[in-house]
Amino acid sequence: MPFSLFVQNVLNGAGLGLLYALVAIGYTIVYGILRLINFAHGDIFMMAMFFVYYGAFLTPIPWGICAVLAIGLTILLGVTIERVGYRPLRGAPRVSGLCAAIGMSFFLENFAIVVFGGRPKPFLYPDVLDKVVIIAGIHIRAITFITPVVCVVALLGLNYLIHRTKMGLAMRAASRDFDTARVMGVDINKTVSFTFGIGSGLAAIGAILWAARYPQIHPFIGVFPGWKAFTAAVIGGIGSINGAIAGGFLIGFFTIMLVAFFPSLSGYKDVFVFVILIVTLLLKPTGLFGELE
Amino acid sequence: MSLLKIDHITKQFGGLTAVSDFYLELEKGELVGLIGPNGAGKTTIFNMINGTYPPTKGKIYFDNKDITQNKPDKIAALGVSRTFQNIRLYPESSVVDNVKVGYHLRVKSSFWGAVFHFPNYVKEENYISQDADSLLSAIGLLKKKGELAGGLPYGDQRRLEICRALATRPKLLLLDEPAAGMNPRETVELMSFIQKIRRQFDLTILLIEHDMKVIMGICERILVLDYGKTIAEGTPGKIQHNPKVIEAYLGTEVSYA
Amino acid sequence: MKLDNRKKQRLNIIAVVGFILLVSWAQITWNPFFTRLANVCAIYVIAAVSINLINGYSGQFSLGHAGFMAIGAYASALLYMSPELKEVNYFITPIIWPLSVIQIPFFPAWIIGGLVAALAGFIIGIPCLRVRGDYLAIVTYGFSEIIRFLICNFQSITNGPLGFKGVPQYTNLWWSWGFALFTVIFIKRLIDSSYGRALRAISGDEVSAEAMGINLFKHKMLAFVLGAFFAGIAGALLPSLLMAIDPYYFQIILTYQFIAIIIMGGLGNITGSVIVGSAFAISLELLRVLETPHVLFTLSIPGIPGMRMLVISILILAVILFRHRGLFGQEISWEWLFSLFSRFSQKLRFRHK
Repeated sequence: MPFSLFVQNVLNGAGLGLLYALVAIGYTIVYGILRLINFAHGDIFMMAMFFVYYGAFLTPIPWGICAVLAIGLTILLGVTIERVGYRPLRGAPRVSGLCAAIGMSFFLENFAIVVFGGRPKPFLYPDVLDKVVIIAGIHIRAITFITPVVCVVALLGLNYLIHRTKMGLAMRAASRDFDTARVMGVDINKTVSFTFGIGSGLAAIGAILWAARYPQIHPFIGVFPGWKAFTAAVIGGIGSINGAIAGGFLIGFFTIMLVAFFPSLSGYKDVFVFVILIVTLLLKPTGLFGELE
Repeated sequence: MSLLKIDHITKQFGGLTAVSDFYLELEKGELVGLIGPNGAGKTTIFNMINGTYPPTKGKIYFDNKDITQNKPDKIAALGVSRTFQNIRLYPESSVVDNVKVGYHLRVKSSFWGAVFHFPNYVKEENYISQDADSLLSAIGLLKKKGELAGGLPYGDQRRLEICRALATRPKLLLLDEPAAGMNPRETVELMSFIQKIRRQFDLTILLIEHDMKVIMGICERILVLDYGKTIAEGTPGKIQHNPKVIEAYLGTEVSYA
Repeated sequence: MKLDNRKKQRLNIIAVVGFILLVSWAQITWNPFFTRLANVCAIYVIAAVSINLINGYSGQFSLGHAGFMAIGAYASALLYMSPELKEVNYFITPIIWPLSVIQIPFFPAWIIGGLVAALAGFIIGIPCLRVRGDYLAIVTYGFSEIIRFLICNFQSITNGPLGFKGVPQYTNLWWSWGFALFTVIFIKRLIDSSYGRALRAISGDEVSAEAMGINLFKHKMLAFVLGAFFAGIAGALLPSLLMAIDPYYFQIILTYQFIAIIIMGGLGNITGSVIVGSAFAISLELLRVLETPHVLFTLSIPGIPGMRMLVISILILAVILFRHRGLFGQEISWEWLFSLFSRFSQKLRFRHK
């Protein structure tokens, strides 16, 4: 493999890995606090793409602003889903919560089919992202370069929110011990809303970058990336943000490198991800950075 | 030969030492009390005996068998049963079904027998029904056998939990604060109930309790725990006047009627 | 009202005989549209009752039903289809050797389909059921999609995305409802037994169940493997009813439908699973109205694809949020029927006076 191609693969892998990380964080922080697998998270990811798509398609608003507005809308969607669908069931048996999450996912997918149509749509994005940049003689698509940069900025922002703000402190407390946090005066409802907001916001950023890389969107586009992101969260150790980042990075990088080095196996990449999940559960069920149990 | 031998166990959670170098031998038929302030490590000792988690150091022997690394279900099958400080019944199941769960570990029929009603299974099921009824009548809950366990008053739930533990046919019974939340009359009843089942089922009992009346009234031997360490051991009479014990309970007037 | 066991047994026998007569009557007199619908109902009932055993009674959360059904469908069809039929179907990639010549009668093929699904359940269960938490949900979710992917890719075994066409139609109402009845009785007896109490104890409180001597792994595995077996049977009945099968039938959305049924019927409520399972299959057919264009009083209403499932998903959310014990509070039993009847007749008597 020529060096330039190798560099491109590394950048690609890093980009995809960070995208998975962004989505995985949404799963892991919600699970950390509520012990709930938010099955609708992958569909929130999908909705963000459609927000940008219709914003750019139907309104004269510039694409960049559409993207920002879409992130805002997705945050609102995530918070609303928790408020309407999950909060009334807090304290009910866990299976009820899981059922609500499945119902929510089912609803969002069918809503998207009815409203947006089931057929795949080409995702429009500014030409700038397609521009080929030449760095040290290596040709790289701008998006390949931009993805990791945006992801890292988003992660730094997350780090600030979690470690430097009061809400972040409340989140960490609730994640460590839900009941004690409540007794100590943490406003649980506000904290959970905040958590869903952060998770959805990161998923939206991931979704927009994802759609720019693979510009075909449809109502089920969130299903598999969502599952792989959750798998990443489990591999990293569910509940741990660093774990989600590590797990996401691992899966993204692994997938790209598998395709690069063993093109004949590329069709089986999801099978390998599944195998990694099983092996993790067998050998180290708490994951790489597991805090629980 | 002792029934239970806890050979210098230590339990650490991260940096916190919950139990330190704890030693206890229980002779068959004894009734021993474990007391100490909150957080002294009493429940942690129970959790190690019944296999919820293994000790960091030390060994536990039951019937001369090393059970240190065994899982709770295996230890229960050997004959150790327990109740929980924060009652852990199955609130959505009926009272009688809660008790019947205790018999499951002694069921010999396979699930095929259970599904296709093989004669042996029917026999076992009939036995379970009858025996569960007699256990329930012994604790005075037979009339409520069809009610949901979650709907029972607190005192009844405590007794039901003991009843469920008895259904497993234990040799050693671990009672974690059985009198908590009971009124004085119920407590007196509980004391005679414990004495009764001890004789009837030939039990050895280890008891955690905050109610000094219960501890002093029925235990033959008492261990006092503080910060994970045994600070005193002896008969109720000796413990009452031990200055270390009084100090451990500092500020709280220890009253034993 | 209290009924003694002998009386109950007699009533049960009468009910089963009545049921057989009803099914025979339907099989003989109903037109193909209705019999097909009734067969689909039975398959939904089997799938719903068996997923209820896992998710409702033993408190696990599996999303693998579509995958187990796919395994049952493919494993059985591969065994009972004739070598000639296989040759016709595998016109792009020929089928590999032993499978190309094997043919066994359909009934053992169905059972083997169920057993293969159960084996898959066992293998999946090993890593997931030992650890606490919701890993089963996420692993079975992945498993179900991976199975579909494998079916699409191993063309020389499964014929890939093309699936099978012209599968002989062995499934009829006797078989489908016979299996449904067997499933219901089997699972009902299991949950009423000591094993059922153990499963409910696990779902109620794992810590105290284990302290009472219940081996968590063994019992969770029992429920999971049995659930997978019956899912495999439900899947095995499908190709020989629809006379065709392809991997797209077994998308995760199929599992979601069964989850929807047990939510509406009530988690851990068999009566609910049976009634809602049948009603669900029927309404899927009826709600097709929403997806086909209509003219109503000269007003033309366009059909909207996907509307059926949207309606159903809103229904699930409504039930889980407002009645999370399901639509049926009560299991149907003879006692219940008799008390209902006596209340009703009392009312009548009062009216006559």
